[in-house]
Amino acid sequence: MSAPNDPYDPKEVAALSTDELAAAQRAALAAFEAATDLDQLAAAHSAHLGNKAPVALARRELGALPPQARADAGRRVNEVLTALTASYEAARTGLEAARDERVLIEEAVDVTLPWDMTPPGGRHPLTLVQERTSDVFVAMGWEVAEGPEVEAEWLNFDALNIPRSHSAREAQDTLWLDPPDGGVLLRTHTSPVQLRALLARGAPCYVVVPGRVYRQEALDATHSPVFHQLEGLAVDEGLTMADLRGTLDLFAESMFGAGVRTRLRPDHYPFTEPSADVDLLCWVCHGSSTEPGAEFCRTCRSEGWIEWGGSGMVHPVVLQSAGVDPDRYTGYAFGIGMERTLMSRHDLADIRDLVEGDVRVTTALGREA
Amino acid sequence: MRVPMSWLRDYVDLPSDIASREVADRLTMAGLQVERVDVVGAGISGVVVAQVVAFEAVEGQKKPIRWVTLNDGSEERQVICGATNFDVGDVIAYARPPATLPGGFEITARKTYGHISDGMICSGRELGISDDHAGILVLPSDLTLGSDVVAALDLRDEVLDIAINPDRGYALSVRGVAREVATSYSLPFRDPADVEVPTADGSAYDVRILAPEGCSRYVARTLSGLRAGAASPSWMQRRLTMAGMRPISLMVDVTNYVMLATGQPLHAFDRAKLAGPIVVRWAAAGETLRTLDDVDRALDPTDLVIADDSGPIALAGVMGGAATEITDTTTDVVLEAASFDAVSVAYTARRHRLGSEASRRFERGVDNDLAAAAAQLALSLMAELGGGTSTDAATDVDRRPAAPTIVLDPELPGRIAGVPYPSTTVERRLADIGCSVTAAPGRLEVTPPSWRPDLKIPVDLVEEVIRLEGYDKLPSTIPKAPAGRGLTRPQRLRRMIGRTLAAAGYVEVLSAPFVDLDSARRLMVDASDPRVPSVRLANPVSEEEPYLRTTLLPGLLAALARNVGRGMVDVALFEAGPVFRARAEALPPPSLPAGQRPAAADLAALDNALPEQPGRIAGVLTGARVLAGWWGPARSASWADAIEGVRELAREVGVEVTVTADTHAPFHPGRCAALHVGSALLGHAGELHPRVTEAFGVPARTVGFEISSDVLIAAAPEVAPTPVVSAYPPATIDIAVVVDAAVPSAAVSDALRDGAGKLLEAIRLFDVYEGGQVGDGKKSLAFTLRLRAPDRTLTAEEAAGVRESAVAEAQRRVGAILR
Ligand SMILES: [Zn+2]
Repeated sequence: MSAPNDPYDPKEVAALSTDELAAAQRAALAAFEAATDLDQLAAAHSAHLGNKAPVALARRELGALPPQARADAGRRVNEVLTALTASYEAARTGLEAARDERVLIEEAVDVTLPWDMTPPGGRHPLTLVQERTSDVFVAMGWEVAEGPEVEAEWLNFDALNIPRSHSAREAQDTLWLDPPDGGVLLRTHTSPVQLRALLARGAPCYVVVPGRVYRQEALDATHSPVFHQLEGLAVDEGLTMADLRGTLDLFAESMFGAGVRTRLRPDHYPFTEPSADVDLLCWVCHGSSTEPGAEFCRTCRSEGWIEWGGSGMVHPVVLQSAGVDPDRYTGYAFGIGMERTLMSRHDLADIRDLVEGDVRVTTALGREA
Repeated sequence: MRVPMSWLRDYVDLPSDIASREVADRLTMAGLQVERVDVVGAGISGVVVAQVVAFEAVEGQKKPIRWVTLNDGSEERQVICGATNFDVGDVIAYARPPATLPGGFEITARKTYGHISDGMICSGRELGISDDHAGILVLPSDLTLGSDVVAALDLRDEVLDIAINPDRGYALSVRGVAREVATSYSLPFRDPADVEVPTADGSAYDVRILAPEGCSRYVARTLSGLRAGAASPSWMQRRLTMAGMRPISLMVDVTNYVMLATGQPLHAFDRAKLAGPIVVRWAAAGETLRTLDDVDRALDPTDLVIADDSGPIALAGVMGGAATEITDTTTDVVLEAASFDAVSVAYTARRHRLGSEASRRFERGVDNDLAAAAAQLALSLMAELGGGTSTDAATDVDRRPAAPTIVLDPELPGRIAGVPYPSTTVERRLADIGCSVTAAPGRLEVTPPSWRPDLKIPVDLVEEVIRLEGYDKLPSTIPKAPAGRGLTRPQRLRRMIGRTLAAAGYVEVLSAPFVDLDSARRLMVDASDPRVPSVRLANPVSEEEPYLRTTLLPGLLAALARNVGRGMVDVALFEAGPVFRARAEALPPPSLPAGQRPAAADLAALDNALPEQPGRIAGVLTGARVLAGWWGPARSASWADAIEGVRELAREVGVEVTVTADTHAPFHPGRCAALHVGSALLGHAGELHPRVTEAFGVPARTVGFEISSDVLIAAAPEVAPTPVVSAYPPATIDIAVVVDAAVPSAAVSDALRDGAGKLLEAIRLFDVYEGGQVGDGKKSLAFTLRLRAPDRTLTAEEAAGVRESAVAEAQRRVGAILR
């Protein structure tokens, strides 16, 4: 080894020859190029660019040269070093990219594998249809009103102009709480909430009432003692039956699609006068199945219309029961069966499918928004 | 109400090209809902008129069987017949092969009772023209042998089956329906009740109305020389049958026929069995009456009765009494045609569970102008058909109030409809339904016809005008509602709760809220527990479940058992809804009039009469919570899933739940958590007690929760607290401590949290270890704590200080030793 104060060592000068530098460069380039993986490249790096590599040794010897020669040789050595480093980096980038590519390919998985760790949940289709119908009216500026399921007879019957002698009050229709003459019952419709809303808010009043109601009926394919209604009530100055019709048409379209309108048919309800049944234009055939020779429509049984609910102009006695002046205000109300709506939409034949809580029904139908 | 088209055409000249279906549609759109159009006499072919030539009995049979020789007009045929109500020479309806009877029954020659029966002899029921199946149908003898029975008997007809609303009593008659048809087609109407009646002189029978509120009119007529047991003519029987009534005898059939034709119920008393004057009065307490159906009935002072000197002889408008019934020996009859009060008849019919054709009509209101005409019609028919002789003697006690006059603003119908009607249109439509209308400036004075007692106030008239103008002609407009405030907070929160549970894998159930008292025992709740059912139904759907639920769990467990029974073994269910609990201090609701806003105190009293109806949310889980899959084995739903279910939904609405161990039915005493929000009890969660799962037939280790939605919603913060979001780096430290196995992890966690102080951002338990070096009766709990300061980077010393004070607090509170 040379001592620091030993300015010139002729023995080493040969390493700086242009030829030898060129040879070292050629050898290094060949080695970098020949490397087929990163390990080989690393070995080539340490052989040709490492501490013991000829170029490194040559560089280390530069200090022993006289100043003129040092600058010259230094320039040549640096050129070689720069070239070799660039070549090495290029080789490394290429090999690394190839390796990454290979790893990504090796890491491929079967993306069709299931990940169904938890059985799916779902909300009840009746809940969803109630929310959806409510939202239609909320968008029109109406509000959602609520009331208790166990209700006072006065609100369920008397205030709604249902006379004491009306058969609806009979034990064969209405579920009464014990004692039977105690004046408390399971509400038979959502209409008592009309009264509650009017009593609480006064006129004008635009509310929609989704809710559970009860009748004295045994459970079978088409009847259930417990079912759901959506009730609408609008009380304001100057409301008309044409408004009732327009509201129902809009509601029908929003639930069943464009072009599905409603038809009003005279009927009788004690709490409305005039009263009307609401038929829905069949949203499947739009009435076309009633034409001669047309294919049978399962949804409307080729009647063209589907019974949907009841409606009418609020009876003056009902308004008066809530303290609303019938000479100043008029109103309309309607009630739609939610089970019927749903069964019709989904072509369900048996209401028990909605009642029994079978998860297969709920997870299938509880998916609508 | 069943209306044969042939009968309808007696009162309206309907052009023959108008189909019954079209009439049905018109009526439906006018408010008389035609549910069906039945075709009578359809599906019959090959049935001809034939005469019995001879017959002999087939020996050796259990019942009489005849081998009959018939003449069908061209040759002799032989058939087997099981009926005996005919003789040689009788004319009958012969189904001659190949023949078809209603319902598609093909009649061919077949071997029976040792003979080849070449077809059959038909009964009235087999031809679909009566209900009679006791014997064969014997036809009038003047029919041509061999002629087609359908043509010979004019069997083909169509019947409108109409559902009559309570306000349309007049339509419970062919007369009322015909009037609607006539109006609808603008055709003249022939009123069957338009008959001459003799002037009433009170001489027919002595009648006294002592209860004018219950009976506004009573017409009595008499008939003598009745041939009891005479049959009504076949045309009348046929009409009655098509209208849905059974022919019985001439007397009964004529009264029913007149009732169907006009709507006026009639009743006949055996004059020989009457003692003294007929009195219409309220029953006296303690009186009894044996009705026609041979039931002894205890009468109520609100029952309107017809009485004579012997006491009550009929329930007015509902059913006659057995003592004065027409029998085979009756010769003289007193015929009653009366106007009874609708409400009184309705109450009596219901109290005695005695609905009849008569009571059905009175309940809906019978034209009080009809009585005399209907009685006259019946007597004329009886006389004409040979069922007795009537006289002109007539009693008519008439206490009818004057017809009311309704003052109608002629613009009101248009204002309510939303489309203007000229006053002339209003007047014409009201005249169409029989009103008499007097026009005055700015008002119409309208007197409704006697058959429309339902028309009382102006809007009643409005409905008539709009329905006759056509509901389908109304425009369709949308009112502009004032701006709304959207859903209320509880409404929004309830939706969020449902969505959260559904997203967590729970399936929503809506179960009927009916339970039995024993459900409380099966849930193992104490007799003093508020969950013992306390609200009972007077007339439950099923006597097995007469109470309203106090908890959602029985319904959920029943649904769970149903699903498991159907092979769905990994199930999570939830339900949200009210439960019902009797109020200790409940008073009966006040009696309030309709049409008048109650005072605030009365409204409050109404609500106080109702049971408490608090809201609940409950869930149950069984089977795997994580299914077995290629990722690894299944993990069963556990008590921890149930508690986490509550935590999840509470978190979603911004509520923090505190969990403590509790012992609470129906849960496993060692696997039950009480859940609190602050100091308020939210509910319970955990594993169900083994005896509970067994009692409800659900798998062992079923877990669940039930909480109060009211408490949860009340606790949900309206404005969520804003976190301090520090930009400085966190310091994370792990702390493992050993405590007695009985110490709840939440207590350790709370102590560490409190001990760590303000620098603690989050704490999480990440390991629980028992056994091994930890020692018997001990457990090791490992927590990771994330610390962060709002204003600086924490130093190692500060982190160590937090660790020290956290552990110190845990040691002080629960004896935790740093591991
Ligand atoms: Zn259709």
